Amino acid sequence: MSLTLDVLTVLSVCAGAFFFLAGTVGLLRFPDALGRLHALTKADNLGLGLIVLGLLFQVEGPSAALKLISVWFLTLLAGATVTQLLARTARPGGMFE
Amino acid sequence: MAFDAGLAVLVLGMAVWTITARGTFAAVVGFVAYGLLLALVWVRLAAPDVALTEAALGSGITGGLLLGASARLRPTEAPATGETMGIGLRVAAAALCVLVAAGLAAIVVLLPEPAPTLAPPVAANMAALGLANPVTAVLMAYRAIDTLLETVVLLLALLGVWSLAPDRVWGGFPGPRHDADPHGLLTFIAQLLVPIGLIVGIHIFWVGSVAPGGEFQAATILAAMWILATMAGLVDDPPVNRRWLRILLVAGPAVFFAVGFAGWAMAGAFLAYPAPYAKLLILTIEIPVTLSIAATLALLVAGPPERAPP
Amino acid sequence: MADFLLAAAGFVLAMVALGLVRILRGPGDADRIMAAQLLGTGGIAALLLLGEAMSVPAAVDVALILALLAAFVSVTFAKGATRTEVDRV
Repeated sequence: MSLTLDVLTVLSVCAGAFFFLAGTVGLLRFPDALGRLHALTKADNLGLGLIVLGLLFQVEGPSAALKLISVWFLTLLAGATVTQLLARTARPGGMFE
Repeated sequence: MAFDAGLAVLVLGMAVWTITARGTFAAVVGFVAYGLLLALVWVRLAAPDVALTEAALGSGITGGLLLGASARLRPTEAPATGETMGIGLRVAAAALCVLVAAGLAAIVVLLPEPAPTLAPPVAANMAALGLANPVTAVLMAYRAIDTLLETVVLLLALLGVWSLAPDRVWGGFPGPRHDADPHGLLTFIAQLLVPIGLIVGIHIFWVGSVAPGGEFQAATILAAMWILATMAGLVDDPPVNRRWLRILLVAGPAVFFAVGFAGWAMAGAFLAYPAPYAKLLILTIEIPVTLSIAATLALLVAGPPERAPP
Repeated sequence: MADFLLAAAGFVLAMVALGLVRILRGPGDADRIMAAQLLGTGGIAALLLLGEAMSVPAAVDVALILALLAAFVSVTFAKGATRTEVDRV
């Protein structure tokens, strides 16, 4: 049983790390600020979600698992709303162009 | 090992970039990033209490403070960037930094093996206080005098900031009025995050007696949430001549002093806790201190009064 | 498992470092305001992995605070970039 959990953790964390890689590649390659923000937010949050999923298999007890999920949820919530704000500031015609 | 080396290189690189950044905004961004990375370092060193304080106070609130200062300095930024330091001054500054860093490194490296530590007596006596977190035990019992004086120092800093107000707005509203569209994005963000932040703050406060956490970190979260609400225009900072505000600010240190003097009567020394009431007394101190520190930090970031009192 | 999680944390940190290099170099401030977001997600991932690898359960609390404060700092950055020079008196 613990071997299955470990395998699941490794798989999820690897998938999460892959999405972090994808997000960073996007960050490095997209030509404009909005595209970079897009890659950063979407891919990195998905990567974080997969990593949290992987760690869920490792923790003991429902309260620790609930805390992990709430961290991910909070990051998702904060990320989705705050990046809208950043995008409005960074778009052409916003503050910096 | 490779992880540690990579983290150290990253943190140092961040520090170098922050120092050499052009423009105050860029430097503040670098400083905040540096602080958040430092929180990672503290977790790596198995010091989660320090990591909590670094993430909240060292980069969050201080970042807000620095950003406010950089916004106020914007008119002077162009001439300031134009100035260059002479080579002699640069060499002197570099030499001083190298000296301080070398001294610190020498102290750490030359510590006797095993390093002298008071951790065993702290751990042995914690149970009498009803605490399970040694950091809280040190902060609130063994070195409570330091915590008391910290709260006073914060108040003095706030007085210093308030004294920068010009005469015509003396005692007025701190900071500019933030107008935000009540149906807009910033308001939505604040309405979403502030309640969550309040819950997290209370959780961190409450868990501080058994796990990393405590009043300073909780106060910082509460202050950050208040500042977020003011930036969204949901609330406004009260004018600083309001009596209830001043009572709120002073309540924490006042209760701390009161318990301290009562300790003289009850247990024989300033800030001594009589044994069965230790946990209760610590809680009695922590609640007003958290509220006072939160108010002090929020007002520090808001800045000196800029609008005349009503 | 602990070694694997540590390696994963190191990988995520390397991604954060690469991202930081690109963001902080970006001419002008339009890119730099994203720095708090990058650290908000990447830093939290690295923190959670690190906490599990080192058996420091409080790392999740640090991650909670990091999430809140990264959002707060991002809003301050966005607001600070748009703060008007005229203050109402």
